[in-house]
Amino acid sequence: MFETKIYDIPDADIAWCPGCGNFGIINELKTALAQLELEPTRVVIVSGIGQAAKMPQYVRTHMFNGLHGRSLPAAVAVKMVNPELVVIAESGDGCSYGEGGNHFIHTIRKNPDITNIVHDNQIYGLTKGQASPTTARGQVTTLQFDGVYVDPFNPIAVAVALDASFVARSFSGNFDLTVELIKQGIQHKGYALIDILQPCVTFNKVNTYQWYKENTYILPDSYDPFDREAAFRVATDNSKFALGIIYRNPDKPILEEQLAPYKKDKTPVAYRGLIQ
Amino acid sequence: MNDLFFEKPAGEISIVLSGAAGQGIQTVEYIFTKVAKDSGFYVFATKEYMSRVRGGNNTTELRISEKPVYAYVDRIDIVVPLNNNALERIRKRISEKTIILGSPKYVEGEKNSIPVKFEEIAESFGNKIYANSVAIGVLSGIIGADEDKLIQNISEHFQKKGEKIVKDNINAALKGFEIGKTLGLNYEIKPDEKVRSQILLNGSVAVARGAIAGGCNFISSYPMSPSTAVFTELSRLSNEYGIIIEQAEDEIAAANMAIAAWYAGARAMATTSGGGFALMTEAMSLAGMIETPVVVHIGQRPGPATGLPTRTEQADLNLVLYAGHGEFPRIIYAPGNLEEAYLLSAKAFNMADKYQIPVFLLTDQYLLDSFYNIDEFPEIEIERYVVKTSENYRRYEVTDDGISPRGIPGYGDGLVRVDSDEHDEFGHITESSEVRIKMVDKRLKKTQKILEDFEPPKLFGGDEFDYLVVCWGSTQQIVKEAVEKLGNEKIAVLHFSQVYPLHSSVKKYFEKAKKTIFVEQNATGQFANLLKLEFGVDTSTRILKYSGYVFSVEEVAQRILGEVEKDV
Repeated sequence: MFETKIYDIPDADIAWCPGCGNFGIINELKTALAQLELEPTRVVIVSGIGQAAKMPQYVRTHMFNGLHGRSLPAAVAVKMVNPELVVIAESGDGCSYGEGGNHFIHTIRKNPDITNIVHDNQIYGLTKGQASPTTARGQVTTLQFDGVYVDPFNPIAVAVALDASFVARSFSGNFDLTVELIKQGIQHKGYALIDILQPCVTFNKVNTYQWYKENTYILPDSYDPFDREAAFRVATDNSKFALGIIYRNPDKPILEEQLAPYKKDKTPVAYRGLIQ
Repeated sequence: MNDLFFEKPAGEISIVLSGAAGQGIQTVEYIFTKVAKDSGFYVFATKEYMSRVRGGNNTTELRISEKPVYAYVDRIDIVVPLNNNALERIRKRISEKTIILGSPKYVEGEKNSIPVKFEEIAESFGNKIYANSVAIGVLSGIIGADEDKLIQNISEHFQKKGEKIVKDNINAALKGFEIGKTLGLNYEIKPDEKVRSQILLNGSVAVARGAIAGGCNFISSYPMSPSTAVFTELSRLSNEYGIIIEQAEDEIAAANMAIAAWYAGARAMATTSGGGFALMTEAMSLAGMIETPVVVHIGQRPGPATGLPTRTEQADLNLVLYAGHGEFPRIIYAPGNLEEAYLLSAKAFNMADKYQIPVFLLTDQYLLDSFYNIDEFPEIEIERYVVKTSENYRRYEVTDDGISPRGIPGYGDGLVRVDSDEHDEFGHITESSEVRIKMVDKRLKKTQKILEDFEPPKLFGGDEFDYLVVCWGSTQQIVKEAVEKLGNEKIAVLHFSQVYPLHSSVKKYFEKAKKTIFVEQNATGQFANLLKLEFGVDTSTRILKYSGYVFSVEEVAQRILGEVEKDV
């Protein structure tokens, strides 16, 4: 295992609030990268905009910090051009499921070999406390004074419905589980969604550390993630959030492997025409 | 109306096919233009069509000549109606001298009509659907094309359908050919041997081939008329040239993918039209901020909104000029002919890479859908500016000319960190106003250097002009031919194929002219406005058209003459 400090940006001025769930996730991500012994030069973290999307600012790897909602198209393109890189698309629930909802659907269909980490704190942080696509119905926010009057988006159920090749959920407060799921997501060949529940200590007074402890459960060893119907039942059970690998389909073709330039020559398009 | 403009010149013929969508006009156009070209005639073909898959009325103009022809004319020497109401929409273009040639039921009651029983002849060879081959044969006979080129092209076209269908179509075409030769229409068009070995293609193929010549190996787009054919051509050639083809879920994804593809080391483009490009504008701003190259082809059509989806206009210059929030440099090319479409498409990739900016290729339906014969395109040197990074690589290193050496992930020991937030030399987010000023200056400084690669405007006509007719983009050949028609050596044409940024050296043309006349295919004179803004040029005289239909040579000639006569 590498030391996690190789991923540190020494004098980074971190913009997260004290106690933010993002601090858990950054440690979990660095630990997963270190355990997989991935050189920083092999990893590209692509993000959108938001507090979660600041992640690559603080992790020493390649970084593409693009536009709000657009982390997935950018990540897919990077993987297509250089399949040898480990590509992680990382952003929050607003960026990934709201602004970028269309890309979420179609990236699952495309099935590139990338890992999509979504920090899901069920609220908008950077814009100061409005509802996100995953905020519960009825929750009062800084904008929805009478409570949210639409149903929340269910990313896990959508991903299972679209037959995504790897669907997992974690909680930022569970270090070992999150590290393990990120590792498995990176090692999985194909698109991997890891939705990480995370408290927003400043703007979400409902979904706190305590609330997540009480309202999540870890899937038992007997659970079969290859059973799509079971996965759909777990995904649509609104009483408690299931944590772990909810669904896997290892038989899907990989997007980049089907592209014209790679039919005869595996050299990444990125390196063609360059002097090695 | 100056009738002189509508006289048929010697050694040339203008044929129009008119019918409903789905009747095979395109098949006739495609095969007949090839037969004419292979027989040594200069060919120009352009189409106008309705936004529908079946029915309506579409027309194609075919100019066959012994001299090069590159522009649309109103004049029709022969029109071939393919259904009942095929003449109504083009009635104004039909003169005393226009010959109306077609099935008896479609030409009945018309002056100068020549009935030919296309369907009956086709049926005698086994099937009514061979009528198109009969028509190709008749037209080939009229212009005096080579019989063997007719046979060869018909057989190549129907090859996949089996021997019998090939044979029937050849026989139907040969019967038409015989009829065409004996109609007594003696157009003397001399073939030019040089033409036979030339290539015949349209603007879309020229743009696509230019992109490949410029090293394009990634295209992400969403289909939108009239730009889709560029995407299709690159897809058709993707295995041969190793091109990644991505039909994105929307234009927003397409643009972000093209930019990220360049970031990762590809040479990428997106192709779209005004509406799709409107969705891409935020991404252009991203390219400006992270100093990542990107090439976007915009095939213009009339807006606003859905507008006239299949027609032509030059009204998106302002959109492209100002696309994206914030301030950052860009280049906009607007090719005036097929060779320029090819060369500038290729150059767009080299310039995007060199300056790490968005480069736009602005065409329109007219240019993309116009075919003619041309010499095989030259090879272009692919300029690559990617560097191998070292450990302490700074993506935004401040340099004298504002250009920081561009690395890509995985090539070298450095980390390539790009950030849509304002950033320091390492790409790290910052709110320091000192760094902000340094970075804005760095990005904008590139504009000066970009002008070193300025594509100067082309002057057509003598230096001793009093009247300067200014145009840009696809109208080049129309305006050029119109001014040639006027035969007045005091009138010259200045065509811009780079519309932004503009080098101050162009001012000399405007200082010399006594009167400058702008010709634009839009309602507000967008390029004239830009020249006024940049150099204070007098832009009070403008010839504008925004009906959705392209300018004709005759119309431009008349309107220029009108402006010149005002001063007499």
